[in-house]
Order: sequence, then structure tokens, then C-alpha cells
Amino acid sequence: MEALVKESKTSVSKKVMTGAEAVICSLLEEDVDTIFGYPGGAIMPIYDALYQYQDQINHVLVRHEQGATHAAQGYARVVSNKVGVVFATSGPGATNLITGIADAQIDSTPLVCITGQVPSALLGTDAFQETDVIGISMPVTKWNHQVSDAREIPEVLAKAFYIAKSGRPGPVLIDITKDAQFASLEFEYKKCQNIRTYHPRPVLNKERLKEAADLINKAQQPFLLLGQGVLLSHAQDTLRKFIEKADIPTAWTILGLSALDHDHPLNVGMLGMHGNYAPNVLTNECDLLIAVGMRFDDRVTGDLSRYATQAKVIHIEIDPSEIDKNVKTDVAVVADANEALEALIPLVKKAKHQEWRQKFADLHKIEEEKIIKKDLYPHEQGIKMGEVVRRISEQTKGEAIVVTDVGQHQMSSARYYNFKKSHSNVTSGGLGTMGFALPAAMGAKIGCPHREVVAIIGDGGFQMTLQELGTIYQYDIPVKVVILNNGFLGMVRQWQQLFFEKRYSFTEMKNPEFTTIARGFSIESEKITSRDQLDDAISAMLEHPGAYLLDVVVEKEENVFPMVPSGAAVSEIRME
Amino acid sequence: MNQVKTKNNMEVPATDEVRSFILSILTENKSGLLNAVTIIFTRRKINIESINVSETEVEGVSRYTIVINTTRELAEKVVKRIRKLIDVFWAFVYENEEIFYQEIALYKVPTNVFLHGDNTEHLVRNNGARILVIEEDYIIIEKTGHQHETRDLLEKLKPYGVLEFVRSGRIAMSKSTRRTDTFLQELHNHQQ
Repeated sequence: MEALVKESKTSVSKKVMTGAEAVICSLLEEDVDTIFGYPGGAIMPIYDALYQYQDQINHVLVRHEQGATHAAQGYARVVSNKVGVVFATSGPGATNLITGIADAQIDSTPLVCITGQVPSALLGTDAFQETDVIGISMPVTKWNHQVSDAREIPEVLAKAFYIAKSGRPGPVLIDITKDAQFASLEFEYKKCQNIRTYHPRPVLNKERLKEAADLINKAQQPFLLLGQGVLLSHAQDTLRKFIEKADIPTAWTILGLSALDHDHPLNVGMLGMHGNYAPNVLTNECDLLIAVGMRFDDRVTGDLSRYATQAKVIHIEIDPSEIDKNVKTDVAVVADANEALEALIPLVKKAKHQEWRQKFADLHKIEEEKIIKKDLYPHEQGIKMGEVVRRISEQTKGEAIVVTDVGQHQMSSARYYNFKKSHSNVTSGGLGTMGFALPAAMGAKIGCPHREVVAIIGDGGFQMTLQELGTIYQYDIPVKVVILNNGFLGMVRQWQQLFFEKRYSFTEMKNPEFTTIARGFSIESEKITSRDQLDDAISAMLEHPGAYLLDVVVEKEENVFPMVPSGAAVSEIRME
Repeated sequence: MNQVKTKNNMEVPATDEVRSFILSILTENKSGLLNAVTIIFTRRKINIESINVSETEVEGVSRYTIVINTTRELAEKVVKRIRKLIDVFWAFVYENEEIFYQEIALYKVPTNVFLHGDNTEHLVRNNGARILVIEEDYIIIEKTGHQHETRDLLEKLKPYGVLEFVRSGRIAMSKSTRRTDTFLQELHNHQQ
């Protein structure tokens, strides 16, 4: 297969072809193996060119363009150094991409989205299915560009891939007018190595590193926060060596989840609003905060004016605009996380922080008693989300890729799935996009066909993109879908209960029979309502060779705790 | 002025004081980039007081000069965002005293009042302005200066009946002797 692809590459060099064919050949040059897309009028020449390359590139026909972006995100998050590729037509096809692009932008996911556009002579005339997608996508893309001259296509696409995956990754949108797709060019492809206005790889500043090492060596109560930057730079092993040498308790943001083995003794849990008790409380007691590849999101920091004011702060981050954006730093190391940590390891002294670590263990015991036991071994009749997630974790031995949507089930999954492998947690963190999980799980499974992919979704989010069951059916994508079904928009209901005097304004849902829907797509399914069915249902799902939907009817009015109410300091985390 | 003491005891304006900042941005000459730059201000609800885009002495490189009223902290956050744009070489943030700047204003006044009064010509000369054109019905006066100077002349001309007034965006030059192309080269070498 490899030889075949290479042969075709040399044969296409300098060949005269249409702009549409040049798009496909450019993707092949970038080693793209999968496209998620949906055809339409303005992108038809590209789809026509794709027809003859079907043996070299895989196209997945989704059921809605938003699904294509989320699938591409799921794919890019789990496959190393790959970019998610999306095709859509002009107008509504292009506007349907926006949610996924915005999600990819805020969660730093590399995507190249290619949209068809009306012929250049019709631009600005309100032509059929014309929309200013360049204008619309500008605030949510890392870069975008409209092509109306076919000869630009190879260079622009090379630039698109380079920008999407270098530095802090992000989505790129390339809009190609229909006449440029039809016009011909002499195809020659050169990968982009350099753009004169763009410097994605900062030079490591040795002075800053020394200052950082100094602070680390002096610290009595150091605390490390890891974010997705660790995963994006593949720094998970380096980070482990670093924290082991300097003996630093380490917590993670939801996007950093799975970078550190759940059972690692220095793993003290999740930060932020529904994170663990100890890391939130001790953020306001540590003497040094070391943030690696994270951006101090408001869901992590709570009230900024009362966030770690007692601590010195080291921020290791590749994006200079994140430095001092939310939390003021004492030492800023603008760098790739892996590079910075590798350089820091020899500079830090071997240390032991036994008493400090004990504080985490003590607080964790309180959380264990007050919350975790009740979530995992409840006495109430209704099934709790936490116990479902933990059973899935046990039955998959912590080795699955877990894809979650947004809300209570997402927090429970982050808290109770014990990840053993890195790059295994796929969720919509920054944007909080309901409907993300089902298509993202498809993309993850296509990217990693040999790994178990379990999507855990709320009943609300599932209904936002459930049409992608059609894609799962058509391509026989063996994802396991678990709906934690409480018949409510649970997180909103929880806030209404706690902060709006139980005024449940439009959060209750009359749901369809999800197993019946699954049956319509020839997807095996089961619905369970009691705890004693849980283990068998999960193993039946995992043993089934194809896609599977498990509808778990859970406790209707369960709340996720601990919780840092909005506006509160992280140390004011509530246990009930 | 609201002052705070820094670690080394120097007195500087407080970072939360709203004042005027001049952003000077070197970019590729690319269509659509203006939109990409201005939406960064929109997001933070910062009004652009004036904006000027022009070529530089380096071919293909444009300079944006943008005046905003905001705090030091926000000005710096916005500048960092602008530097992130793929087609931007670099962005600087200056306060008024750190840079040389000028604006140009044009004033249209009726020719008759001008010809019959003796004060007006005096006014033009004394204010460092000049007459750009004289038409049968109107005269256009041109003045270069800071905003308060051009506004001052406007106030003085108002009694004679100003038909139209327009002022350009600010243009500014740093106090450095470094050439733009040398700076771009240094930037490139440093970040390679």
C-alpha cells in the first residue's frame, strides 16, 4: 500500500490537473488518510476528483457538517501528529462547521476545513448558497484564506497544514471558489516549513529556566497543574520523570486528563469547578504553582482575585498571549512543554515533600468519605452516574478512549474513569459543546481502530447530534455509546436547584425510547434501570463486536459534587 | 494621576488607569487582515479612536497605527493577541510620550468670509496651517499636528462658518534608529 501511494505521488508531480484534483493530491502529500465531509453544489468538483482517489483516501459521509468537525476533532485528538480534515459546501454547509471550528480553536485541536464557495464572479452578490465564511470564521480560526486562483491551491494547503499543527495547534479554514476548482494548474507540492510572519516554536530562554529551577528547588509546598499542552507536546513521560524527581503533587485540567496515570502516587486529581477537593483547597496553600500547558480557564481558577495569591507562579506555555492573561506569573517560560521539562529535569534537585503530600492524602480522605463512596457505592435505589463510569473503567481496565459530551456525565467521567493510557480522554472542554461526543467518538474510533472507544453522553447532548448514528451504521464503526439518562439537562437543573431556588425552567425532557432509535439504525442496544443489571449490560456492550448503545436510566436529580460555585474561591469548594 | 510604586521604587502610572495608547503593527499586505485585527478590539469592547494603514519602506510590509483608550494591562493583552495573527510580523504598544506622531486635518470654509475679514488669514498663518485650495465658493485649509492643536483651530474657525472638517488617523514613528527591514530580520533570527 505504501509503495502504491508513493508511486502515485511521483506520478502526480508537475502534472497538469484541475484545482479540485490538486486539493486531493495536496491532501495525499500531507499523508491524510481520512476526510470527514458532506458534499453540495459549490464543492462538487472536489468530490468529483475524490471519486477517482477512493482507493487512497478514506471519506466518511457524516449526517450533518457539525458532525464532520467533531469527528475530525476526535480523530486529531487521539492520533499523534495528525490533522483532522473536513469538507463542506458553501453557505449552510460552511456555517454548520462553525460550532466545531470554535470548539477546536478553544481546545487547540488541529483541523483543516475545506469549503466550496460560489464562483468568484458571483462573490458578494448574495448568490445561491453564498455566505461570507471567511468573515464568519475569522474569530474562531487560527488562520483562514480564500482561494480564487487554482494555482494557489498547493501552496495554500501546505500552509494550512503547517499552521494547523505547529505551535499551539488550531483550526484552519480554506474556502475555494468553484471556478478555482474547475481551472487547471501545474501541480507541484512543497511542504511548508516556514512562514516569515509566524514563529511557532519559541526559543528556550535559559535564564528563565534557571529562575524556574531556583523557585522549584526552594519550594517547600510545590504544586503542578498540567493541561493539554502536555499531551500536545507528548511530554507525558518527561513530566512524570520531572515530578518524580522533584516530588511534586500534580493535578490536571479536564483537557490534561490521561496525561498522568490515574494510579500514579503524585496524581492528586482534577482542578476546578467539579474537580477534587484536595487540589482545589491546596491551590490556596501551596508556595509554588507550576502550570504546564494550561491557560487558567475561569472554570479552573474560580475567583481570580483569591486564586493562589500566596504562591509564586511559574507558567510553562507555548502561546505567549496566555502569559499573564489570567494569572500573573513570577517566571514565564514560553516554550514547548516537553522541551522545557526536559531542560528543567537536570536543573532541579531531588526532593521529598512528605508532609505536603500528606495534606493531599488527608483531604482526599474527606472527599472519599463525603462524596466518592456515596457516588460509587450508593444506598439509594437510583443508579448514580459515578458508579456507571467506574464499572466501565473497571471492565475496560482503564485502557479505553473515553469520549464525553458536556454536563454532569462529563464531570463524573473525568472523576471516575481511571485512565491508564495517555491521549485517551476526548471531551469538549473550553467551548462546552453539547452534541460533541457522538461524532467525536466516531472520529476517535476511525483514528484508533484497535482501541476500545466508549462515548459517555447525557440524554440532552445525545439528541443534539444523534443523526450520526447513520454514519456509524453506514461505515460500521464499532463505538460503544452509553447514555446516562436522567431525563433532565442535569447540570443546568443542578444550578437551578442550588442557585435559582429549584425553579426548573425548561430543563426536563420527555425523551424518546433510545433503544428503538438505535434499532432503526440496526445498532444493538439495551436499556437498563437497576443497579443489578449494570455489570452484565456493560460486559454485553463491550463483548459485542459492532456499535452498541446502552441507555442507562440514572437517578433523576443527582448533583455533582464537590463544586466551586461561580464567583467563589477554589478553597471555598462545597461538598454538598 | 494615579501612581503606584514598583519593586524598585519607581513611580509609574497605575496599570488600571485608562489612557491613550498607540499600537504600531507590522504586517503582510493582505486583504482581510484589517478585519482580523479589528475584531480583537471588538471582543474586548475597546473602541478604536483612530486607525491608519499604510505601506512601509519595505515592499509588501504594511504598518497599522491604531489609537485606543484603555488600561496598560488590556493594551498589552490585546497586543499579544495581535502578534498571534499569522500574517502579523510584530506589534508594539506605545504611550504618547514614547513616540512621535502627527495627524492631518482639513477645514472647508466659505471663500467670502475669508476674503472680507482680515483675521482669518492671520489665523491660518499663526496656527501653522496652510491654504490648500481656493475655489470660488470655498477654501480648504490644511493643518498637521496633534489632536488638541487641530481641534483648537477648528474652534477658532467655527465663527466664520466651517462647511466641513475631517481629521486623519494618527501616524507615528518610534524614537529608534533601527530600520524596519533590520528589525524584521532580527525578529526572524531570534525566533528561528
